[in-house]
Amino acid sequence: MTRPTPETLAHSARRARTAAEAPGDTDHIRPAATPVRPAPAQVSGAGSLVRSLEALGVDVVFGIPGGAILPAYDPLYDSSVRHILVRHEQGAGHAATGYAQATGRVGVCIATSGPGATNLVTPIADAHMDSVPLVAITGQVARPAIGTDAFQEADIQGITLPITKHNFLVQEASEIPRVLAEAFHLASTGRPGPVLVDIPKDVLQAPTTFTWPPTPDLPGYRPTLHPHGKQIREAARLMSSARRPVLYIGGGVLKAGATEGLRKLAELTGIPVITTLMALGAFPDSHRQHLGMPGMHGTVAAVYGLQKADLIVALGARFDDRVTGKLDSFAPDATVVHADIDPAEIGKNRHADVPIVGDARHVIDELLAAVTAERAAGRSADLADWWTQLDDLRERYPLGYEEQPDGSLSPQYVIKRLGEIAGPDAIYVAGVGQHQMWASQFISFEKPKTWLNSGGLGTMGYAVPAAMGAKVGKPDAVVWAVDGDGCFQMTNQELATCALEGIPVKIAVINNGNLGMVRQWQTLFYDERYSNTDLGTHKHRIPDFVKLAEALGCVGLRCENAEDVDKTIEAAMSINDAPVVIDFVVGKDAMVWPMVAAGTSNDEIMFARGVRPVFDEDDI
Amino acid sequence: MTMHTLSVLVENKPGVLARVSGLFSRRGFNIDSLAVGETENPDVSRITIVVNAEASSLEQVTKQLNKLVNVLKIVELDPSTSVARELLLVKVRADRTARSQVLETVNLFRARVVDVASDTLTIEATGTADKLDALLRDLEPFGIKEMVQSGLVAIGRGSRAITAGPALRAA
Repeated sequence: MTRPTPETLAHSARRARTAAEAPGDTDHIRPAATPVRPAPAQVSGAGSLVRSLEALGVDVVFGIPGGAILPAYDPLYDSSVRHILVRHEQGAGHAATGYAQATGRVGVCIATSGPGATNLVTPIADAHMDSVPLVAITGQVARPAIGTDAFQEADIQGITLPITKHNFLVQEASEIPRVLAEAFHLASTGRPGPVLVDIPKDVLQAPTTFTWPPTPDLPGYRPTLHPHGKQIREAARLMSSARRPVLYIGGGVLKAGATEGLRKLAELTGIPVITTLMALGAFPDSHRQHLGMPGMHGTVAAVYGLQKADLIVALGARFDDRVTGKLDSFAPDATVVHADIDPAEIGKNRHADVPIVGDARHVIDELLAAVTAERAAGRSADLADWWTQLDDLRERYPLGYEEQPDGSLSPQYVIKRLGEIAGPDAIYVAGVGQHQMWASQFISFEKPKTWLNSGGLGTMGYAVPAAMGAKVGKPDAVVWAVDGDGCFQMTNQELATCALEGIPVKIAVINNGNLGMVRQWQTLFYDERYSNTDLGTHKHRIPDFVKLAEALGCVGLRCENAEDVDKTIEAAMSINDAPVVIDFVVGKDAMVWPMVAAGTSNDEIMFARGVRPVFDEDDI
Repeated sequence: MTMHTLSVLVENKPGVLARVSGLFSRRGFNIDSLAVGETENPDVSRITIVVNAEASSLEQVTKQLNKLVNVLKIVELDPSTSVARELLLVKVRADRTARSQVLETVNLFRARVVDVASDTLTIEATGTADKLDALLRDLEPFGIKEMVQSGLVAIGRGSRAITAGPALRAA
């Protein structure tokens, strides 16, 4: 096995560590680690770009150079900004996303014009769906060539219009500092999201004066952070009188750094807590009041809790179809308090009886005060009956799995042990599919920003590059990607980047030889006709993931039976100077349960194949 | 579904119209009419959009529009408290025998002749959609060779201006 020299690794690791040790509140989104105030200077547009990034406190960018962006790479060569050379622009985008999700800071990726830029489209769309603060910088053909179908020309501003929070085509070199400052501000404030900055090559080459700080000019952008007091009091009144309330917590609570407040609010009110896929870690899984995840593969208690609630307090969540199931029959008896920083989310899918626009941190703090006032006035509801019902469901329908009848390794067991051995301080990054759902179910998330996944877009191939970005942002954390064999084959080339740049991520490939979730649907809804879901990774061992890992400069391990699971994970945990890939060869027939089939009502949740939970309707 | 007239104040920058119109098609809303032009402030353009939508859809589209960074303010204009006009240019067959009849119709509708050819008249008319429809109905028998219509523009009655005040953007 070939590995980079220890000196290379040490150098890269040192740079990464220095970069990550920025002062301040790591729990909240900040555009800059350590803003600086440089003196004005005569530079090129490219120089102005790189100085702007430095001034914004950017420590690392992920990218690949090419013709149109090439001028920017020259000043970058001497910059304090670390550039990580990825193997595919999609990797740059997801790495920047993983960095942002793990640290709360803005993630930055760079690509050239045309195909470089279009390769960023998937991660930009991914970041848009999951509200990730991302700035994508792309080169564009020179201004006179725009619109002429020039070599490597693509209208990336037009292409990314629907999938960015905002985007810019820079027209003059003098605009660069202002546009960059605006891009970082837009990406990281309000509802976070991706912002693209497209810069023509001749603008990068033009002489200009770099001055900092610029004056942002965003007259139409004023996110509402502070909620309306009257609405807060109404919400607090409902929370103190409802008999079957639930707190429905979304990713907005993590992004606002409101997890401490959430815990206080939950404990003060005694209301059951349900955290979505995007919010895992916002409330400890081990907490007695945590019912788990709602939705298609949520726990029976969480799905039932939402469905039968008389009050849903939604904080930073968006009533996604994967949560509500068939919308018409979702939580028919519930009064809805919906708090979100994005007014357009409120009432989009489900009518909000009490709409609250505001940042989750402010909303929760003010709810805490208002509920405390309700308590002081002697108003609180007895939730004992509600908890009796929910506890009964938790006991009767816990998350679990059955061993594979053919004796093959259970994927759920592998993931459960991984979570137990790596513990709650590790960062877990999933791809999309069965392994993602099992990871969400069987790993115990106790802390914010320890669970990264592609929730809204469902991007296969997210895990490896996002884990790389997370490890760069949090070099002292153990970062595990839990990936599927299908996902892994989409983006594993970034392991070469990890090996050479000294980014020792750990990858658990849950290899069931198939596109497992699609296969599960074929089993359940397509009469077991397995059209194009067998990847051949079991039958032919193509690719051989151990050899592939080694070829990419990683340590490759394989585990095929339950007895070896612990020691293989421990072996991987003991390697810290290189990325490690474990090929866990698991049974192909394991399925994700519980399940609410797409398009059906949450009332029709299946606990296991052919097993529907019995709800005691008389209790309600 | 009902027709709603939205006045959208936007930054006068390249690409803003594409952002606004793209949002409508992306979110599945139909634009009935759209007109755009500068305002008294050259940095601000005003887009007048007529949309046929339920109240809940209208609320959603307004909120989505408000999220566009270049959108400064959105006001729905109530037909009873606003003035709304469209512009019509129509080329009608009008040889010697028909010409006087066509001119009579033009006068009845307080329209104007803006170009004369040997066998056609080009007529300019402004008004509400209903008035222009009625004019076209009356001109139809003569033979309409070509016509072009603008989108609707609208402005509130009374002395208040929607551009007034420092807070340009609705919450």
